[in-house]
Amino acid sequence: MHIVVCIKQVPDSAQIRVHPVTNTIMRQGVPAIVNPYDLFSLEEALRLKDEYGGRVTVLSMGPPQAEAALRKAISFGADDAILVTDRAFAGSDTLATSFALASAIQKIHEDMPVDIVFAGKQTIDGDTAQVGPGIAKRMDLQLLTYVSSITDLDLENREITLHRRAEGGVQVLKTSLPCLITMLEGTNEMRFATLPNMFRAARYPLKQWDKDAAGITDVSKIGLKGSPTIVSKVFAPQPKTIPAEIIDCESKQPKDLAVTLLAKMFTKFPNLHEDIAKANA
Amino acid sequence: MSEETEKDAPKKPAGRRKFELDPRLASYKGVWVFVEHERGVAHTVSWELMGEGRKLADKLGVPLAGVVMGAPGIQTRRFCEEAFHYGADLCYLMEDPLMADYRNQPFTKGLTDLVNAYQPEILLLGATTLGRDLAGSVATTLQTGLTADCTELNIDMENRSLAATRPTFGGSLLCTIVTLNYRPQMATVRPRVMSLPKPDMTRTGSIVEHALGMTESEIVTKVLEYIPDNLQGKPQLPFADIIVAGGRGMKRPENFQLIWDLAKVLGAEVGATRPIVQAGWVELDRQVGQSGKTVRPKLYIAAGISGAIQHRVGMDASDVIIAINSDPNAPIFDFATYGIVGNAMTILPALTEAFRQQLATLKVAV
Amino acid sequence: MDEKFDAIVIGAGPSGNAAAYTMAKAGLKVLQIERGEYPGSKNVQGAILYSKALEEIIPDFREDAPLERHLIEQQMWVLDDESYIGTTYRSAEFNQEPYNRYTIIRAQFDKWFSKRVQEAGALLVCETTVTNLLMDGNRVIGVQTDRENGAIYADVVVLADGVNSLLAKKAGFHAELEPKDVALAVKEIHFLPEETIQSRFNIGEGEGVVIEMAGKITQGMMGTGFLYTNKDSLTIGVGCMLSDFKQQKITPYELLEKMKAHPAIKPLLAGGEMKEYTAHLIPEGGYKAMPKLFGEGWMIVGDAGMFVNAVHREGSNLAMTTGRYAAEAVIDLKEKKLPMTAANLARYQGRLEDSFVMKDMKKYKNMPEIFHKNNHFFTTYPELLNRAAHTMLTVDGVDKKSKEREIRKSFKQRRSLFGLMGDAFKMWRAFE
Repeated sequence: MHIVVCIKQVPDSAQIRVHPVTNTIMRQGVPAIVNPYDLFSLEEALRLKDEYGGRVTVLSMGPPQAEAALRKAISFGADDAILVTDRAFAGSDTLATSFALASAIQKIHEDMPVDIVFAGKQTIDGDTAQVGPGIAKRMDLQLLTYVSSITDLDLENREITLHRRAEGGVQVLKTSLPCLITMLEGTNEMRFATLPNMFRAARYPLKQWDKDAAGITDVSKIGLKGSPTIVSKVFAPQPKTIPAEIIDCESKQPKDLAVTLLAKMFTKFPNLHEDIAKANA
Repeated sequence: MSEETEKDAPKKPAGRRKFELDPRLASYKGVWVFVEHERGVAHTVSWELMGEGRKLADKLGVPLAGVVMGAPGIQTRRFCEEAFHYGADLCYLMEDPLMADYRNQPFTKGLTDLVNAYQPEILLLGATTLGRDLAGSVATTLQTGLTADCTELNIDMENRSLAATRPTFGGSLLCTIVTLNYRPQMATVRPRVMSLPKPDMTRTGSIVEHALGMTESEIVTKVLEYIPDNLQGKPQLPFADIIVAGGRGMKRPENFQLIWDLAKVLGAEVGATRPIVQAGWVELDRQVGQSGKTVRPKLYIAAGISGAIQHRVGMDASDVIIAINSDPNAPIFDFATYGIVGNAMTILPALTEAFRQQLATLKVAV
Repeated sequence: MDEKFDAIVIGAGPSGNAAAYTMAKAGLKVLQIERGEYPGSKNVQGAILYSKALEEIIPDFREDAPLERHLIEQQMWVLDDESYIGTTYRSAEFNQEPYNRYTIIRAQFDKWFSKRVQEAGALLVCETTVTNLLMDGNRVIGVQTDRENGAIYADVVVLADGVNSLLAKKAGFHAELEPKDVALAVKEIHFLPEETIQSRFNIGEGEGVVIEMAGKITQGMMGTGFLYTNKDSLTIGVGCMLSDFKQQKITPYELLEKMKAHPAIKPLLAGGEMKEYTAHLIPEGGYKAMPKLFGEGWMIVGDAGMFVNAVHREGSNLAMTTGRYAAEAVIDLKEKKLPMTAANLARYQGRLEDSFVMKDMKKYKNMPEIFHKNNHFFTTYPELLNRAAHTMLTVDGVDKKSKEREIRKSFKQRRSLFGLMGDAFKMWRAFE
């Protein structure tokens, strides 16, 4: 069995700062991490490998620095890593990105047939959740998003059974390989890398593919040209500032503050009485 | 996995370029809203989008349509009626027993076919598990642009294009995205981001039916079972009227009990900021903010929450916000309705007691 | 694991990087183990880099190291509640290349240094904690990490794991740190546009200022405050002895807030955006608190060995120099095919003794004690000095001679003449 896992290196959004004057993202000192959602997919792929054997290849598209993310995946136990990197990809939106990744997976597939592709549910920087579906549609893979568990894999009949999160419940689905799966967060926990795998990751001769190596001949489908969406404006949120009415009282005692607040609030918003009564019902 | 990061440096402003729409795309007209439903109930996000779609359609002077797909029956017809009540002029209806459950393959084909046949210029979907699955697929089969999780939709009248504004980098920045020379222009919006319009029960419209044209043997994925969520005890933050939420200022997991205590008195849901959820004090479903749920309750009580933008975007549509924070300079005081500067650990119990008494007198009055 | 290394370096801060780089460059097989997510991940704050120590390791470091500004001006402020009295030294000499001191942001600097270490051939493993030293009798033969299959062997282990080195303590190489020997420094970075910093501090592009502060800012505790200019940010911080924080019942955060609100400091920070608040322990016990620095198969370098000159706020240069010396000792022994015994590693201590490192450490060995026993250095004196300046500068019809008399009187009231002389003597002894 051959599994390809698509991952992305992202800036840790929890530590992102916007320059107060220029309104640009300050990457200085913001650590780059593996998109956290991708790790649930990677771990699931590694579990399948542990149980059914086979190889796990990790694939990423991004600048040369993204190799750190791929090395991390190797340290967790992935067998191979490929970084698709080319200046021609700059400015790619999700449609162009899914085209480039699908081309690369096709190339990997020619070398060693691919049974399952995993992708992250979404990224923490783009938050679009579009690249996984995009790859599946381009490669005609069965698309299985928001998977919470894989309950059965029958390699002989090339069938997989799994649970997929829907809005009001869980779908139990059965489908055929090849397929593309995005895992729901919190469904597993990434393993702790062994020391030998840490060494292997540090020394792994990472493969870098440019667009030609990834089998891309039609440059009109990648980069800015291949991206229907255009960012017309980037700006810092300018939320309106209406300062809170700060509750104060002479005693400064919590009890008095609370009573003062409630008196003010219920006078100004009398309907809240009813809302609270309703919520309590 | 998107390459959205590459785009944080603004490119040439699109609006200022001389723009001519490809004449082959000129026939794309009208605004569509995909009406999502599951187990006989339409998702509220569809009606929230219908309200937004109405505004866009009016600006463009084009009709607004709902798209209803599902198994034949009275329910699909009822969704069309509802769509009219919420502002649709017409509905495209695709009925087939194969679409009793959501499956990517038939829905993707169905929606792709409808778009190709009736050519809308704008297509909106809810950013739910279903909506995102379908939107990402259809944008690929249609080879067009899709903007996810928009917080604002507008029409750039200069070139009649959809200007979709969405947060990026975890809410630190906003960007406006346009899809100029591709149709339809697609966007998804998360539930509760837009307000629910008031339905007009007298409105009606016309229904255009279209067949799916597929057989079960063509569909690879089978639904073996559907296990509905047991909603008992499950947090339902997006639709809660009252929410009590805590942040890092609660300091210790045991202090979080004070939040639960107040919530119990108010019959409220409990919410939390990302660090709290990451630390495992409460479950994921309770996270409010950019990477969690968007809420718009009548009353939101924020204890020990600084009000960083990532949290704010998920809750600042609340009607009344009470903020408790020891730091008088905390950003939450810039947009809360009422603020108490002080230690949440002493204020919360006092507030719980005050509400309890208030509610007791109320009951007596009734 | 079966693989064996010539040397294992624990830690990827300045001392560990210096040691690993020097050994790898000499062709040794080096493994470096870092606890953090990546080198510098635990170090977001700004710092001062003294060129010489790095120059001796990487002569061409200026070509690509992430340097913020070279320092052309040094200010010393003695603060009272509302005022300060200070000196400024600025010289055109500081503007002649090669520059002598730079401000740096440690996160970026450590990352850059680490990249050079890896290019030199050392194997770096991050997010890995060394839990124990592997011993054969009293000889260190390797390390045990917290990972599966986590034992790894080497001829020598260099401990560069920073202040409060758990490993050294566990192995019994040094005793538990005492709160009186450790300072707690809290720092913040405030971002401001480059041009604003330049006009506010009267400096040109690439030029920088450092302000050292003492006095009431530390609430009578032993310690100092500081402010450095980076490219588009300011580093501000305050450091006090851990023992004092405990005694005074004030949190470092409160102390820093008070300092930032001081009327002389507030305008310097105005309009900035605070990014990062960090606390960092600094070993300031000096020479007397230093542990044993080497043994059978091991050496200690950098902060782990208490190599910090608290008086001159030098840490990273001592760290890099000790790292280099330790590495050179290993290289020398390898060349001569000699074992890494304590007797042979004694040459590391020898190099330290002959260098500025130990000479300085010894010179200031009494300083920590003097300050500890005499907290009026940080309370009474600043107040008196500021009042004296105020008295002299206020035009109120009193002649200067009477003013001087008054000042002398006030000094004597607060501190006996005997005490004053004693202080002078102590300081002279310390700095001599």
